[in-house]
Amino acid sequence: MEKNVVLIALFAALIAVLGMIPKIDLISGVPITAQSLGVMLCGTVLGARRGALAVLLFLLLVALGLPLLAGGRGGLGLFVSPSAGFLIGFPLAAFVTGLVVEKAVGLPLAAAAFLGAVLGGIVALYIPGIIGMAITLDKSLPEAAMLALPFLPGDLIKAGIAGVLTSALAKARPEALLSRAAH
Amino acid sequence: MLSLTSPVRTPYHRLPAGPKLLVLSLVTFLLFAVETWVFMLAALAVVALLFAIPGRPFWTEGLRLLRPVSFFVAIVLVWHIATGDVGAGVTICLRLVVAISLANLVTLTTRMEDMLDVVRKLFAPLRRFGLSPDILAFSVALVVRFAPVLLEKGSRLAEAWRARSARRARWNIILPLTLIALDDADHVSEALRARGGLDTGY
Repeated sequence: MEKNVVLIALFAALIAVLGMIPKIDLISGVPITAQSLGVMLCGTVLGARRGALAVLLFLLLVALGLPLLAGGRGGLGLFVSPSAGFLIGFPLAAFVTGLVVEKAVGLPLAAAAFLGAVLGGIVALYIPGIIGMAITLDKSLPEAAMLALPFLPGDLIKAGIAGVLTSALAKARPEALLSRAAH
Repeated sequence: MLSLTSPVRTPYHRLPAGPKLLVLSLVTFLLFAVETWVFMLAALAVVALLFAIPGRPFWTEGLRLLRPVSFFVAIVLVWHIATGDVGAGVTICLRLVVAISLANLVTLTTRMEDMLDVVRKLFAPLRRFGLSPDILAFSVALVVRFAPVLLEKGSRLAEAWRARSARRARWNIILPLTLIALDDADHVSEALRARGGLDTGY
């Protein structure tokens, strides 16, 4: 009980810290932060349920008014902004990522984590994200999808990094990888 | 770690958090249901007045929180000028600015503790599913305490990297940082258990 609560809280803090690490400018000039990498790691390390809870806890703190989102943003305004759909997609992303790693036991961990990060951190994240932009900006879904496109290369790179990091973490702390632990 | 609550004292600070959040939800719903620009313009005037009453520093704070939206406003305006439907574009932008400013107004004038109290009340019915509001409040406190700790350890990792390399640390420090988070979680949960563990209310 204690262990789960503390792990979930510390991974929520990790997502926040990864959003504060200086951002990297990608080829297209779109700044990317490691925050969504944090969301992917929640899923690949903690598994579906704990990972999603860690992300929900992080979002609760953002809603309560702490500036924890990348770029020092926070507060209720974000939840009606065009990025609201992506925020709602965050816990879903961690859940799907974790689920893939838990279920794809046949795959080597790095591959399972990469696949999970793509299906969770990109597919499951972009769907509510694009719907959110379509609603707030009053655009059709394909039009909104075009606005999300510049982030795709960065997120693919992050999914790759999530795969590499997860297998390295499993080597350093085998017992900590709850997504692959014997339940 | 500082919350976004405004240091400028305003009359809105005295209003209870629960009703403020309820009104905010209702107005936001209304904003997305109505499509006319006259309504949006009127709403903008009301919100601008609400921000103007407490004085200039508060007004500036409100504007600063709007900066991330300017990117989307610019895209929508360019888009609608290109398609020739400027009226609709203006309505969308006004709605965005009004809805976000109003939500920011609640964030700026409500203390985090009061906001958390509302959340605790909303979560009380979930107790029968085993999710205690006290554990939720404890988790919030843990994050508030450990985010700065992790940030400090992260910057130390980045400094150590810079001492060894000519290039800046990028994702290289994420692995050790995650290991630190995992190890800290071990230590903290052991310390908690040694002190009697979490009181789950059962």
